[in-house]
This record gives sequence, C-alpha cells and structure tokens, in this order.
Amino acid sequence: MSKRPQRKVTRRQFLVNTSKGACGVGFMGMGLAGYSNQSQSANPQMLRPPGALTEADFQSACIRCGLCVEACPYDMLKLGRLFQPIATGTPYFLARTDPCEMCEDIPCKAACPTGALDPELNNIDDARMGLAVLIDQENCLNFQGLRCDVCYRVCPLIDEAITLEMHRNIRTGHHAVFIPTVHSDLCTGCGKCEEACVLEEAAIKVLPRTIAKGELGHHYRWGWKEKEKAGESLIDPVLDLPDRVPEVLK
Amino acid sequence: MKNNQSLGFDAVKKKGWLLSNRFLILRRTVQLMILTLFLLGPLAGIWIIQGNLSSSLLLGVVPFTDPFILLQSMASGHLPLFQAFLGALIVVLFYGLVGGRVFCSWICPVNLLTDAAAWCRRKLKLRKEKVISRQWRYWILAMVMILPLFTGVMSWELVNPVSAFNRGLFFGMGLGWVLFLMIFLFDLLAVENGWCGHLCPMGAFYSLINRTSLIKVSAVKREQCTDCSDCFDVCPEPEILKGPVYGKKHEIGPLVKDLTCTNCGRCVDVCAENVFEITTVLSGKNNLAKGGEIK
Repeated sequence: MSKRPQRKVTRRQFLVNTSKGACGVGFMGMGLAGYSNQSQSANPQMLRPPGALTEADFQSACIRCGLCVEACPYDMLKLGRLFQPIATGTPYFLARTDPCEMCEDIPCKAACPTGALDPELNNIDDARMGLAVLIDQENCLNFQGLRCDVCYRVCPLIDEAITLEMHRNIRTGHHAVFIPTVHSDLCTGCGKCEEACVLEEAAIKVLPRTIAKGELGHHYRWGWKEKEKAGESLIDPVLDLPDRVPEVLK
Repeated sequence: MKNNQSLGFDAVKKKGWLLSNRFLILRRTVQLMILTLFLLGPLAGIWIIQGNLSSSLLLGVVPFTDPFILLQSMASGHLPLFQAFLGALIVVLFYGLVGGRVFCSWICPVNLLTDAAAWCRRKLKLRKEKVISRQWRYWILAMVMILPLFTGVMSWELVNPVSAFNRGLFFGMGLGWVLFLMIFLFDLLAVENGWCGHLCPMGAFYSLINRTSLIKVSAVKREQCTDCSDCFDVCPEPEILKGPVYGKKHEIGPLVKDLTCTNCGRCVDVCAENVFEITTVLSGKNNLAKGGEIK
C-alpha cells in the first residue's frame, strides 16, 4: 500500500482511523480481559499435570501444544476445549475417572517445551497436583465405623500420605472408627483415592491446594512447638499470687 | 465487470486443468499432509511429529514453536525454556525465507475453511463489497500483545480460533465447532475473506515476518494482461495486485511486495496469459528493464 504515494492519508483521516481502531479493539479487549479473569478460577476438579506452576503462572507459560498429553502413557491428560470451564487448550485431568499414575520418569514434564511443567521436578513424590480432602464425612463409610479403607489402600504413599487414625465410635459407644487422614506434606494429589472411593459420588476429593489448604496467621505461634524449640516455655510460669480470703473464713 | 464465465475458465482452456490448478493442488496436498502427519500419532501410533501447530517436535528431535504464541507467553510474564526459543527461531527463519504468510495459505488448517467459504461465495455470486478495513487485524494484533501485560495470561489464546482449530482436530473439538461454523458463515455471508484477510491477528503477525522473504509473486509479463480480472477475483488480498499488475506507468515494479501476500500462487494458476510467476527477489526478472525498480 506504500506503493501509492498519490493517495496520502490526511491528518483527519489518520485521527479518525486511529480512534476507530482503538475503540474497536478497546471493546474487544475489555471482553477478553474479563474472560481471562474468569479462566483463572476454573473448575477446581480439573487438575493440572505434575510440576505445573501456580495457576496464573501456568496459564502464562503453557502454550497449549499438547505435548504433555501425547507423552502421557496412560492417556489421562486432556486439553481444555473451547467453552469448557478451564483455560482453552491447557492440559488437565479428572481424578475421579483418570487419576495420575505417577510415572517415575514424569514423561509429561519432560515433554513440556516451555517450563510450564517445572523441569526441576525430578521425583514424582514431590509433585503437588492437588490435595486429597475427605470432604464428606457424613457419607464416608469409615466415618460410620465400617472398614472400607479403600482410599487408604490405593494410595501410592500408603501409611504416609493417608493414614488410618483410630478414634472412639461415639454412636455405639464401644467400637472404634478408623478415620482416613490425609497428610498434606506428603499427598501428591494424584487422585487415586478419589477414583477408588466406592460411593456414588466420592467422599474424598482432590482439590487444588490453594482451595484445600488453610494458612496460619503469620504472627501466630503454636505454644507447644515453640516450647520444644526453645527447650523451655517462652513465657513465665503462672504467677502464684497470695490468696485473699475474707476475714471471716480465716 | 467480468463476463459470466467461471473464474479460471480461460486459463483452463489455454493451459489445461492441471496447470491452472497446480498451486491449489500442491497447497491442498501440503495442508492435508500436515494434518495427516499430526493425526498419525494419536490415531495410528506413528509418531513422526508430536504436539500441534503451537509447538511440536519432529521425530522427537527438531522443535517447532509458534513465535506468535511464544511472544504472548512472554508478554504475560513467562520466560520460556530454551527448547521453545529454538523452536520459534527455526519457525521464524523458515517463514522469513519463504514468506511469513506461507503459514496462512499452506499450513494453517483454518485456510481450508475460509477458502471453502470464498469458493461458495464465488459460486453463489455474492457481491463483493468492502465492509470493514483490512487494517483491523493489526489493531487486533496490538491488542493481543498488550492485553497479557495487564491480565498476566494469554488472553487471546482463550479464544484464538486458529490454534483452537488445529488443536481441536488433534485433541478433540468439543463445542469449538460452533466457532468454526461462525467463521465460515462470517466469511460466506458477511465479509469476503473476512477472517483471514481482515481480522486474524496471527496472519497479521506472520505478515510482519514477510518483510525478509526471498520468495515472492511477480507480475513478470504484465504487458500480456488482458484485464480479465480473474487474479483479482481469486486473490484473498486483491488490493495488493493493483500496483504490480497496473503500476507500470507509476514506476511500480512487478514484484508483489505487500506484506499481506500469502504466496498461495492462485494468481499464477488462474491467469491464462501467464502474467505471474513465483520468483525469488534476487531474480533478474523483477528489475527495471521490465518496468520497475527494486527498493
């Protein structure tokens, strides 16, 4: 178009064209920005592959090529499709139907060309895809005193990531209940427990760690831990004040 | 305007069907071959190439990465690994040599869709009209690159139909079909070459790479032009042909230098008089003796 010097753009035309373009893409950009925001709070049950960066970082790093999906020997990874409640084209898996098999060589991570799946992750046990939460205590069979134990038994880190904790069965008064208890420092979020849960709808679910984990106030200290660390109590023992008793009782 | 003969009628009569469709046939072959190569993996377990057009790995060794999506990724604040950079470099060098928008007409699967719409449009004799400016794509490109600076994610990739289309073909489309039906209908009913020629920021991006391209179309024998306008009717960016074909008196060279040329070669096909050739910019055919200078 630069080849037609006889048709010069006037200043007026230039300003009109520029404002047209800017307004047009301005509108479009607003819509897209809103959609971008929503895409970051996707369906919490759609879990990221092992080594995935935090959601916002992952979305800016993942170029949606699907190499991880094709590298997965168990075909459990999917790419988000248009209009699904997840950033379009990004990989996810559903624990209930296709949990992560926790391959030792982590082929999905190795295939990632951009580092959206952290290349520093070398031990699959260090993966934190999510955190299993026994979310429905009312329907969990173990909570009712039955010995289902399935989530505990399928856990690849049995007796570490999930343990059975014995408590008194208050309903009968003279039995025990064995509560499947997830330990967040070891759970990889592979989803085997959620897949295996025998209920119609799983009582134990893998959630993103940002949802599943609480966080202590930063000023807060557990007294007994501080005491252990210091070797003694950090505060003075209880003061023994003089007893003041009414005269008549003396 | 034109007579009622269908487009390329004279060319077929004069050169034969094969010669009047050779670049089209070649292009469709390449497009389908690339789709097949990508599909062989997931469907037949033959892994010649993995991934999709956003990033892929040829024979498990050679990486290709779409520089358009990589730039978005970097704009949203991620520093990619070396493999992605290397892949993007290979892609930029390739298109920098053969023409940036070679991606659009020879590789991109959306081209199959929009060419089909353009074909239907010609068959239905829908009137050509200039509805929207072809500059929109550059505005949209600017938006695509600026938006990630604020949202921190690749906003355009949430809706980008081009990457969604090839990804959908290999990994499952879902409701994406609706979007592609919309693009087809938009091209068919609203704006001729509407998506690829007016809106697509990916085409706009690759047109910028076109700057260094060595391979370009040239109206080498423009004296032989009979004003049949078949090339203008078939060209997805018809405005760019005006200068090279008719610009002799304005000292405009025969080389189609406009960045938006996709090197699809359809003008070469449909011209009965063999006006066009695909040449290298270094070729002597484009020099002043033929009526124009190279800048």
